[in-house]
Amino acid sequence: MSEVEGGPPPEGPGRKAEEPRQGGDYAPSAAGRLALWQKAGGLAVPLLTTLFAFLIGGLVVLITTGKNPLTTYKAIFEGSGLNWFLEVGSYEIRLPFTDTYVFFPWNTNDFESLAALNLQQTLIIWVPLVLTGLAVAFAFRCGMFNIGGQGQYLVGAIIAVWIGSSLEGLPASLHIIIAVVAGALMGALWAGIAGLLKALVGAHEVISTIMLNWIALWVGVYLFSLGGPLQNDTQPSVPVSNDILEESKLKVFWGDPLLQGLHVGFFVALAALVVYWITLNRTTLGYEVRAVGFSPEAARYGGISVARNYFLAMAISGMFAGLAGALDILGWQFRINTNDVTTSTIGFTGIAVALLGRNTSIGVMLSGLLFAALIVGTSTRNLDPEIFRPELATNLTTLIQGLVILFVGADVLILWLLHKARLRRRAPA
Amino acid sequence: MIERLLARLPRGARAIAMAGIVVGIAAFWIALPPLQARSPLWPALIGVLALILGATAVSRGVKRLGWGAIVAGVAGIGLGYLATRSSVAHLDQVVVWSALFAAMLRYATPLIFAALGGIFSERSGVTNIGLEGMLLAGAFFGILAADKLESWVLGLLIAALAGGLFALVHAFFSIHLRADQIISGFAINFLALGLTGYLFIDIYGGQGTPTDIPEIPDVHLSFLEDWYFLGPIFGRLNLMIWLAAGSVVLAWLVLFRTPIGLRLRSVGEHPRAAETVGISVYATRYAAVTLSGVLAGLGGAYLSIGFVNSFNQNMTAGRGFIALAVVICGNWRPFNAALIALLFGFSSALAQRLPAYSESAAVLFQALPYVLTLVVVAGVIGRSYPPAAVGRPYRKQ
Repeated sequence: MSEVEGGPPPEGPGRKAEEPRQGGDYAPSAAGRLALWQKAGGLAVPLLTTLFAFLIGGLVVLITTGKNPLTTYKAIFEGSGLNWFLEVGSYEIRLPFTDTYVFFPWNTNDFESLAALNLQQTLIIWVPLVLTGLAVAFAFRCGMFNIGGQGQYLVGAIIAVWIGSSLEGLPASLHIIIAVVAGALMGALWAGIAGLLKALVGAHEVISTIMLNWIALWVGVYLFSLGGPLQNDTQPSVPVSNDILEESKLKVFWGDPLLQGLHVGFFVALAALVVYWITLNRTTLGYEVRAVGFSPEAARYGGISVARNYFLAMAISGMFAGLAGALDILGWQFRINTNDVTTSTIGFTGIAVALLGRNTSIGVMLSGLLFAALIVGTSTRNLDPEIFRPELATNLTTLIQGLVILFVGADVLILWLLHKARLRRRAPA
Repeated sequence: MIERLLARLPRGARAIAMAGIVVGIAAFWIALPPLQARSPLWPALIGVLALILGATAVSRGVKRLGWGAIVAGVAGIGLGYLATRSSVAHLDQVVVWSALFAAMLRYATPLIFAALGGIFSERSGVTNIGLEGMLLAGAFFGILAADKLESWVLGLLIAALAGGLFALVHAFFSIHLRADQIISGFAINFLALGLTGYLFIDIYGGQGTPTDIPEIPDVHLSFLEDWYFLGPIFGRLNLMIWLAAGSVVLAWLVLFRTPIGLRLRSVGEHPRAAETVGISVYATRYAAVTLSGVLAGLGGAYLSIGFVNSFNQNMTAGRGFIALAVVICGNWRPFNAALIALLFGFSSALAQRLPAYSESAAVLFQALPYVLTLVVVAGVIGRSYPPAAVGRPYRKQ
């Protein structure tokens, strides 16, 4: 007995770092494959993946409804407003925060043009998709699969709506900054729980983040449901939060604020893409995160604290998702009801965005645009029900997401096909 | 037989810690019906006893269980105190043990099926995050078949088939193509969610599933009906609950008492060694993963045509993931997993009855099973011993 009581094992950083091994051993992370992913040639795989996914989605449309999938896809494309880029005009655009107008070749200047309105919606959705995509991507680079983007997004939105609707009398800019920072930090905290559990006891992040998603969801429903603590003060019979104050709303720089124009959160998302790239590729933290992602064993051998990086990577990734939630509230939703809490799937779509974008900055930007277009293009408001029922199309989007994830996960298949094709071409020569 | 069981009983400090946990629970229990001690002194006294037992165990080196006993003691005192403060009418309404246990069995059944599936899959070395999607596929195709073919038996069969087909996709991608198993499994969830949602809207539209769908029948045990306590619990359970119980025993027999189980486990522990002695790693893994989908499909069918008798988009609500946590906490063993599943079932059953106290706060209790999963995963995982090769794609030699 005295042996057990006697010298407890030394509790140093080295000792702590040993512990997550078991959790890492259970369903080892995607890290090993990342090496292949990053090497595997450029654009070919994501493009083929997308093509494949849309092909199968089209087949589903054809089989179940007998409609021409191309007409459906064309309607979705037009609903997304991407056709706006085809209407090249010669007009001007107002610079954000100023009253000066500069030449902007693409702008048709009619804010009321349907394509422009739709494109604004697509870009509004693009903002949270990019941020939740980055949330997944950052954790991936550290060898973790953060499925908790949805929960982190929700807690960010909840805290933003709370701060945005209270703290009266603050200067507008300060109010916005506090709300945005609080949202990001709350997201970091939420993801940090999963990171901490992984770092300390090796709990697999997939399970803990999913559980945190559900907890965030029920907490959100509780807060805004009838009788809940954050439920609307003036409408006691509607399960919705208070509206955020006028001064805490983000500026709209393209389109009509009353018609849900594009808010300046767009630039925050752009900045986040740059920050993501710099952090990963030009800082010590990013180097350590990637080292852990490639091989925790080797990183540990090289003197990097694996546990610390698990926690930090998770917290940073949660920060991106929390930011997305805050920007959505301050930028265009202004309030949140229990239905939003339960039906929102932005954080889950972020997974497909990150995977298709191969966890790179540019990739996330482009795949975010693809999925934003799909979501807006299939929404009840934008898809012509004569051509295709929007309720069906929403599920079609989910289906296509699943296919994208499946094929991206198996890019070995596509690489192998490419390899075969190359061999065949070489053989006769 | 009895001697062997006795030999497996915990001894020394471990026994003290386990006793502490039991005493901690008793501190809460004494304040509940039927005993219903109204003085907060009782839970406090018994809870302190649990604390002492826990502290003794910790001081003797049984850290994890000992701290578990201390936590149980603190929770017992706290909850027991709350129970003595709440009105007798409320307590009688919420804590009806036989109803709670019957509800526990109902909630645990889909988890047990999915968890057994997870055990087979992971014992063969393939992580199956896609359980959620397979449950959902089983739920939808089960009710669809039961409706269109007007038979719950066919509903069950089609549900098993649907779960198996989704599992086959997962198997193909993660075994043959050596895709990352977590990503491929996650994709299955999305596929199932999209496909079932799409077909549900396409076929049933806004009205939802009709109410006259053939349901899986309950098993009436008329001789039990009048028994005190047991009658209300076991008298009229759904057929699938009994099947789940049978499957647990069967799964244990197959995994640990047959050559097939030995092969399956060896593939999950050391695929190269298994192949060297002539076991086909690919075939074994395909079979195990497909079986896991079949089981999850049955669990899903129970949800839709045995339990709630309707289908809704994403109706599984994360149960597949809870099942995964059950697998881990149950240490990849059928009986342990079934026990953990019952624990989760109980927390769901309790959450279901708490609205008697406060409507709005009751919403918060919906989160209980998920919080519990988080706590249990965090507390138990360091002690769990996963199959050595789980999650690793195998390359044939």
